[in-house]
Amino acid sequence: MSAPVNRRLALRRLGGAGLVLGGSGALAWLGRTGRGRFQPARSAQPVRDHRAAEEPSRPPLVVARGSDPAAMVTAALAELGGMARFVKRGETVLVKPNMAWDRTPEQGANTHPEVVAEVVRQCRTAGAARVIVADNPVHDASRVAARSGIAAAASAAGAELLSAAAASFVPAAIGGVVLASWDVLAVLLLTDRLINVPVVKHHSLSRLTCGLKNHMGLLGGSRGRLHQEIHACVVDLAAAFRPTLTVVDATRVMVRNGPTGGRLDDLKMVNAVAVGTDAVACEAWAARQLGLDPYDVPSVVQAEGRGLGRVAAGAGPVPEVGAGA
Amino acid sequence: MPELLRGLRRVYQGYFLLLFLAALLLMSDEGLRRLPVRRLLQLDPLSAASVLASSWLLPAGLAAALIVVAVTVLFGRAFCGWICPLGTLHQIASWLTRGLRHGPYQKANRWRAHFRLKYLLLLALGIAALAGTGVVGLLDPLSLAMRSFASGLLPAVDAALGKGGTRPRTFGGAWLTAAVFLGLLAANRWVVRWWCRALCPLGALLGLGARTALFRIEVDEERCNACNRCARDCQGGDEPFAKHRVSECHVCLNCLATCPEEAIRFRLFAPTSAPAGGVDLPRRQLIGAALAGAAVVPLLRATTAEASPEAIRPPGSLAEDAFLARCVRCGACVNACPTGALQPSLTTAGLEGLYTPVLVPRRGWCEPSCTRCGQVCPTAAIAPLTPETKGWTRTASTGAGRPVKIGTAFFDWGRCLPWAMATPCVVCEEVCPTSPKAITLEPAEVARADGRVVRLGRPRIDPDLCVGCGLCEAKCPVAAPAAVRVTRAGESRDARGGFTLGGRLP
Repeated sequence: MSAPVNRRLALRRLGGAGLVLGGSGALAWLGRTGRGRFQPARSAQPVRDHRAAEEPSRPPLVVARGSDPAAMVTAALAELGGMARFVKRGETVLVKPNMAWDRTPEQGANTHPEVVAEVVRQCRTAGAARVIVADNPVHDASRVAARSGIAAAASAAGAELLSAAAASFVPAAIGGVVLASWDVLAVLLLTDRLINVPVVKHHSLSRLTCGLKNHMGLLGGSRGRLHQEIHACVVDLAAAFRPTLTVVDATRVMVRNGPTGGRLDDLKMVNAVAVGTDAVACEAWAARQLGLDPYDVPSVVQAEGRGLGRVAAGAGPVPEVGAGA
Repeated sequence: MPELLRGLRRVYQGYFLLLFLAALLLMSDEGLRRLPVRRLLQLDPLSAASVLASSWLLPAGLAAALIVVAVTVLFGRAFCGWICPLGTLHQIASWLTRGLRHGPYQKANRWRAHFRLKYLLLLALGIAALAGTGVVGLLDPLSLAMRSFASGLLPAVDAALGKGGTRPRTFGGAWLTAAVFLGLLAANRWVVRWWCRALCPLGALLGLGARTALFRIEVDEERCNACNRCARDCQGGDEPFAKHRVSECHVCLNCLATCPEEAIRFRLFAPTSAPAGGVDLPRRQLIGAALAGAAVVPLLRATTAEASPEAIRPPGSLAEDAFLARCVRCGACVNACPTGALQPSLTTAGLEGLYTPVLVPRRGWCEPSCTRCGQVCPTAAIAPLTPETKGWTRTASTGAGRPVKIGTAFFDWGRCLPWAMATPCVVCEEVCPTSPKAITLEPAEVARADGRVVRLGRPRIDPDLCVGCGLCEAKCPVAAPAAVRVTRAGESRDARGGFTLGGRLP
């Protein structure tokens, strides 16, 4: 005959069975209520307005002329009230140079490293807690940072270099005419101030590439798509990002074969730096350095139409200062 | 009583096998409503565990797998012996070949050390699932059976019957799919239910659960005269004559019926101790299997950054990483597709995408109002759309939001009749199902070589209107390849994969 039921064994078996069934049920319940590993894309976050308070007594744009890039930045900034007007103690500043190409400073495809370094130094002097220099380049990020000279100069001046290759991107609400949202460098949503430090160059599609188009370097994703509506796109970005300052490097401008250039023949020496709070005025002034009528550049006209600044402030006579030798 | 139990088991096996085959064959909208194949596949605890491990959530229907877990803690691997259609087919194959196996029962039908392989496979596949891949479906018995019939055996039957076949159509790699399946069946000639005993990872999972089974086999040692006849028809190779292996037992209960001494019972709280052998694996093998499983995902993902342009996924598919984690490669969608457009991927979707569904427009197209693939998917790797949410057949009054886009058609002007050969043709524009049409004809006058001027329309595509259905490619009169071809470019499941700005400008 088979053995009688052993009570201890029965309890142990029931316990084991209950554990397996209960454990499976608990896992199923967790799986039913869990959010899962593959999250839907995060909702787009708004980008703050980075502008400082307006001072009507100050000009919207000042041009410094000279041969020392750092001295020109300092002189122009002084006319606007100095960096202390724009950057407060303890703030985080994102400095966005054009640092997109595997080119040396002489070739003029990227912002001059001394211009970037001086902007960083001024921010640090004004008490900025962190100054971050970042661009999402077209060429390989590490080569660009080194060959542009910007990594070394900006680090020496006290900036943190953010390599786009390792940086994270998050969706930002652009709310523009063309762009509803786009992925941006995450640091753009953290920073208190944004200083746009473009270089003036020719561009086959947008005619001029300077501050407005420089914003594209803060974007991730498939940026090539933006060229389908380039003027409207760069205006959408300018309207969303609203930089604190625009520092235009016109020490040398690329007049042909932009935005990459490569030959020194492609450059014209202008020996000027413009600093302004009016991004449209800066863009208009930059257009003139290429011999363009600002009113012929669609993005400049559209930006004024969207209320982002005044073309006239950069198209006519502009306050100028000398900067040493 | 033992004969009654055995009879009951055969009824169950027959019922579930017929249900499975019926679900495969009655694949129509009406058939699906009456017999949703999804429900059968959702009973599978291995699929449920895989989805839970790989995507950290459990789609609603897969909770049905708890039924099989409950059956297992009650009766052991009764699923293997009573329900699994693949197990039943293996049992039939081993019965048909019984005359070919010789020797004393306890030797011919003994437990072999390599039967532990299934536990190592389960461990490796489980760790791979935790890393985010659904490749466990390649060896899941229900998925294996479903896709082997759908895209291997049934097409072969159709080919043999010619036009008289049920649903004549062809599938890439059908020969391989069928050959693997038939090879596994053939293994029964040497070892009864070799697949179930040695390889089946679901059997391994249920075997672990069976260690807590409340009902088990018990041998009355006073009555047993060690004739070993219990091993004659044993399905699991679990050796009831020796130390019975609960984890291996398929609960076929043949031993009860064959024992001449009536010494074997199947009863509640039988004192049979936890199984020796079977689950006790050498530590080195366990570590090896775990490392192998952990290497699967990094190796697979290091191969390609993105799926090939031809890897067009069914409408409603999750984004690719989530899709590869969730899809159990059962091929139910492939079987359900009315036009034969959905094909099991052999190489298109990469090694990790083996047997995942891809849409091949030259074999068919995505029918505008059809959402069957999502209706049959057991794991919701393909979301269950409705014609309204799919959005291809909307009238102005129904539906909001953009239609689901699975790809974009591109013209090859060098092959297109009006573009390259001064020959009028409107087929692609004619069949384009969107409204307004994504394909429009641009009027042109072209001089032919003989000087005759031909008026024709050259087709152009609006990528923002194209949904990637593939009708243009499927119907294009130019063959091998067509003059208009669909790639997965612009698919809406890839939020950042578009290539146009989407026409937001006025």
